[in-house]
Amino acid sequence: MGEVDLSQVRPYGDSLDDGLVQLSFTLPVPFGGKAKEAARQLSLGMGLLEPNVVHAADLGEGFSFFVVYARTPCSVDFDTLKADRAAETVMGKTEIELHYLAKFRRKPVILGACIGTDAHTVGIDAIMNMKGYNGHKGLEAYHGLAAVNLGAQVSSEEVVVRARELNADAILVSQVVTQKNIHLANLTRLAELLEAENMREKTVLVVGGPRISHRLAKELGYDAGFGPGTYAEDVATFVVQELERRNFIQWGEEKWKQ
Amino acid sequence: MRELARLKLDQDLVDTARTAAAKIVSDLKQHIDAHTTVSVERSALRLLGVDGVNRDGIPLPNVLVEQIQRRGKLGLGAAYWLGNAILASNLPVQPLAEAAGQGRLDITGLADQGEARVQKLVEELAVKALGEIASRRQERELLLRQLGEGPQPYLYVIVATGNIYEDVIQARAAVTQGADIIAVIRSTGQSLLDYVPYGPTTEGFGGTFATQENFRIMRQALDEAGSNAGRYIRLTNYCSGLCMPEIAVMGALERLDMMLNDSMYGIIFRDINMQRTFVDQYFSRLINAYAGIIINTGEDNYLTTADAVEEAHAVLASQFINEQFAFLSGMQPDQVGLGHAFEINPELEDGFLLELAQAQLVRQIFPGSPVKYMPPTKFMTGNIFRGQVQDALFNAASILTGQSIHLLGMLTEGIHTPLVMDRALSIENARYVFRTMRHLGEEISFRPGGRIETRAGQVLARAVTLLEEIAAAGLMQAIGRGVFAGIARTPSGGKGLDGVIAKEPGYYNPFPARMLAGRGSYGRG
Repeated sequence: MGEVDLSQVRPYGDSLDDGLVQLSFTLPVPFGGKAKEAARQLSLGMGLLEPNVVHAADLGEGFSFFVVYARTPCSVDFDTLKADRAAETVMGKTEIELHYLAKFRRKPVILGACIGTDAHTVGIDAIMNMKGYNGHKGLEAYHGLAAVNLGAQVSSEEVVVRARELNADAILVSQVVTQKNIHLANLTRLAELLEAENMREKTVLVVGGPRISHRLAKELGYDAGFGPGTYAEDVATFVVQELERRNFIQWGEEKWKQ
Repeated sequence: MRELARLKLDQDLVDTARTAAAKIVSDLKQHIDAHTTVSVERSALRLLGVDGVNRDGIPLPNVLVEQIQRRGKLGLGAAYWLGNAILASNLPVQPLAEAAGQGRLDITGLADQGEARVQKLVEELAVKALGEIASRRQERELLLRQLGEGPQPYLYVIVATGNIYEDVIQARAAVTQGADIIAVIRSTGQSLLDYVPYGPTTEGFGGTFATQENFRIMRQALDEAGSNAGRYIRLTNYCSGLCMPEIAVMGALERLDMMLNDSMYGIIFRDINMQRTFVDQYFSRLINAYAGIIINTGEDNYLTTADAVEEAHAVLASQFINEQFAFLSGMQPDQVGLGHAFEINPELEDGFLLELAQAQLVRQIFPGSPVKYMPPTKFMTGNIFRGQVQDALFNAASILTGQSIHLLGMLTEGIHTPLVMDRALSIENARYVFRTMRHLGEEISFRPGGRIETRAGQVLARAVTLLEEIAAAGLMQAIGRGVFAGIARTPSGGKGLDGVIAKEPGYYNPFPARMLAGRGSYGRG
């Protein structure tokens, strides 16, 4: 393979800069030769070169499904872009405990919840619960951290009340159901409530979910966002660094009780 | 058909487990018999013909039951007050309910018509309602005879667009692709509503509201699709949450074929009060039993929070309990679709062997149950290519062990609700695996004392220990200690306790006795 030009990176299939991509989609048209041609032309319309409709199938009810291989003329400048992620490098659990949690003069309190009507706890459980996920221990297992999982279908109001009661330093919310962008309304509401209660400044606010990115989270007024493939240590790394950066010790243990 | 491969299991342990489960359930019968709930009473009213909503959109069954409860008179049963009011006002059921809904009439405030006359009238209405449900059941039996059905394991897919009319399009496409069962996923949060929404709905989150009109729309679409496809298509919805028994009524009247209906799911995963749920689930299952509906229990959910290897015995223990609760309500074994799932971490060596052990164990212990097998979800990543392989292994385990109801895994699980092509790829995958391995289960045997048999024996033994502990402590206390899914709930905690009412002497509900009459009992309690 030749030298990769990092200012112009293209997809790689089996040779440098071949630009190969695979995609699949469904068109609401009856199956047949015309449908295949529609898939090819749609790919051309996307700016793809030499689209090859390698598979087409009749899904019934006037739907047709396609798998397409094509080449893209696009490239990306790898040198100048920045990763859409909360922390540059992720630490392991022991490292977080030793280098941060053991040095803090009090235990940070982190609250977890699925907000709104969302009943899917699989994400928040994977991050919060002792057992964690896939061999990665959850935040409850971290020494020097007080992790409280409020579970599913918690209203934003309740999160605020509990955060006040427990003097939460960080709030981690999960949103799995994203149909019709319900998650955006829920997340905005929580951020606004915290703002209205004057609690936002002394809270690290984090969101996770399959359709969440760091960029989206920042746009919604959160400190960080975590998408698919996140483990507890990814969240913990960001939270402890952010707490230290904001010198959370001076917030005091009774920060809301004045 | 030849016998599938079998594990050698200790039958005494199986019997001990069943006896313990029967004791657990019969200990709760006293609580169930002594109480009613707002939802049970609303169900009785629905069966007696109360339907519709008032000007504010509140369902009339709610309006009436709230009226009776405010007067502190619900302990006598809503059926009694309705009957009395019909006689006193000389109005038919629906106009009477509407008058009450507009606040023009207080159904507890009319002249007493005498118990004998009231009961005579209500019994007539009850007979009519049960006749209606019985004819839905006969319709199903006739259609099954005329059209036939797909072979087991039945291919079960979900639709979840939020819009019932869009659901219909997706469901029809799925039937064309080969689906046998369509489940309409409910909008997230409906389980916590203490009323049933009304009319057709086109907005929902993560699913579509369960309403009687939506049931009717989908039933009609599936009857048409089934007639074109030449096989009966079963319709499934969720008989769970705070309105469990009311949804059972709606399903019975609209010929649903299956209902997600677990005796403990709401308590554990939705934090619904347990005193409420145990009463609600009993009445909902009476209705489902009478309507010939197959229930699907929810043990698969335990494994989304707890570990599938560590907690396999809790799944089995819960299945024994769910089975006994179902028998208590007069269900036949072929109506009790016990649930379990293929949720072991793919990174675990020999994990597939453990999956086979569990699937075979459940199949053998509950031979009459149309066992419901759930696909991998917890360890589905965004890697759709690996996801398709995980689903293929799940399909293989299902056909090898002779599962009955097979909920298809989606390669995009965890990314979004199924797209039209996800469902098609999934059905193609399952049909391929089932076809190519159709009789493999009859050609192999499990090595006596081997890894699979040993594992199954261990899970069974641990389930027996757990069931005996629960039987000694009582189910409510055991749930309080977090024996299922590691989640603890207390008897007075959770939502809906204010809807539990002690029955008073003279309490009247015409349905339980009539629904149970003539049904064989499989319980041991």
